Amino acid sequence: MPGICVVATVPDAAAIPSSLELVGGARALDASHGAGVSAVLMGTGPGLREATDELHRHGVATVYRCAHPLLTSGQVDAFLLATEQVLRAATPQVVLIRADTVGRELAPRLAVRLGAALVTECVELAAENGAIVARRQTYGGRALATLVVTRRPAVLSVKPHSLEVPEPAPVPGRVEDVAVSIDADTLPARVCEVLREEAEVGLDDAQVVVSGGRGVGGPEGFALLKELAAVLGGAVGASRPPADEGWVPISWQIGQTGKTVRPALYIAVAISGATQHVAGMSGSRTIVAINRDPNAPIFSVAHLGIVGDYRAIVPPLVARIKELKGP
Amino acid sequence: MDIIVCLKQVVDPELPQTEFAIEPATGRQVREGRPLVISTYDENALEVALQLKDRGGGKVTVLTLGPQAVISDAFRLALAMGADEMVVVDDPRGPDRLGGEKAAILAAAIRRIGRFDLVLTGCESADWTERVVAPVLAEALSAACVTFVSRVEAADGTLMVRRMADEGFHRVEVRLPAVLSVASDESNRPRLPKLKDILAAKRKPVHVWPVADMPAAPGDLAAGVEVREVVIPQRTTRCEFLEGESAEQAAALAQRLRDLKLL
Repeated sequence: MPGICVVATVPDAAAIPSSLELVGGARALDASHGAGVSAVLMGTGPGLREATDELHRHGVATVYRCAHPLLTSGQVDAFLLATEQVLRAATPQVVLIRADTVGRELAPRLAVRLGAALVTECVELAAENGAIVARRQTYGGRALATLVVTRRPAVLSVKPHSLEVPEPAPVPGRVEDVAVSIDADTLPARVCEVLREEAEVGLDDAQVVVSGGRGVGGPEGFALLKELAAVLGGAVGASRPPADEGWVPISWQIGQTGKTVRPALYIAVAISGATQHVAGMSGSRTIVAINRDPNAPIFSVAHLGIVGDYRAIVPPLVARIKELKGP
Repeated sequence: MDIIVCLKQVVDPELPQTEFAIEPATGRQVREGRPLVISTYDENALEVALQLKDRGGGKVTVLTLGPQAVISDAFRLALAMGADEMVVVDDPRGPDRLGGEKAAILAAAIRRIGRFDLVLTGCESADWTERVVAPVLAEALSAACVTFVSRVEAADGTLMVRRMADEGFHRVEVRLPAVLSVASDESNRPRLPKLKDILAAKRKPVHVWPVADMPAAPGDLAAGVEVREVVIPQRTTRCEFLEGESAEQAAALAQRLRDLKLL
């Protein structure tokens, strides 16, 4: 079947597929192709059924469903085998993959196997006279590149949180269960263990992110940021220097390298605002910057700015927020 | 273990914004007159290779693609750090090629180098951040693949690696031959060469292979992909500064957050 196919995974039984963002992109491309949107859904457990319904509800006509215990926890080689098997039979023109831990590895490898054109880490997709116009950030977020993809099939990976989850548009859906045979012993790279990091609120889903940079000065400073995040019900993030210095886990890093977030409120504390970092947070609705340097580039993306030492500002800010929120 | 490390030359990513410009004709960064360096994570990849060699022996070859005239000098650093040999695929168009196309040429060069157990790259380049070279090389060379690896340990014919993941880390057992892309970690900070290493590097072999000699691999991923334009976005947000003493600034911010219904 020609058309647009999204690759969706159910990492854990209860997870709603964040792959819905891709469905929005697929629907935008499909409007001019008129060939329908399908999905490869891979995973294990009861979450698969729920995810199938969600995909149908958002306009995915055909769901190719692969259930296997190895389709979990970053087993890229298993996801690759299953996706390749489905797509060789389904032959879509365009494949969309979320550029997360699995997808950033899966997309290029799948493109080679399918003999497809490849563009990675797209932040915008549009159809234009039968071609796909993809935008992606380059040079650490300093520039935005527009690429035109004329070859088919094409594999496009999409940076997480760059596309909106679309409004529901239910279609009478079809499910095709595809049996995949994967033998753990034959996988060239096999995940033996998943080491989860303690996180009170996940950065990915947080509506408020309090983020610290080199100017925070050390791990102690991040304790203060945690307090601020806690009263706001948010998560703590960081720019690259604190992650490189080992003050915070690398998974906290926001930016071109690291996570992309677009919360309702982003508070950048002692972050200079290197383009590298801005690339991962500039989509936030309200951006507050606290920095001692009035010329710091972060103020050019911020909506509200405070010039000053965060150590003198954060404690009274926490206290005032507590007062305003009441008991 | 015989290890090939792919290094990319980029314009120093730490250059101030005022030095940053795009060539309209190519959509690539203006390189003329700018300092050229080894792309950030590629040095971490080299450090991983050198540590594996320090522990278990073998040979480390560095491989790069680009205009030979500007590459050789900058990459003496890699030899001074401890790599044994360098291969330069002389390619005047190198800086303009997309990752998929470059990976196909690098794969041909690796086949010509011949023996290898492990190929390492940086997890992403400092310029286009496509993150495609390692996975494409793995497919082209029929090798195992893990990207964003922060730690590597050799273990009896296989490797045990740590991959950075959205939820934390994955411990992954990898068969050889393998292609890994390396992320920065406290364990792989690039070493600084000593003066004697810098002198010794001058005697190490550098092979220059014209790109025309690399057989074009089929299935170039960049075919049918055209860069239309690359623009530097103008920032339009105007920042409103909250004035006063620290406590006043803090109180004003709290009030504004409440007005915006963010509390």
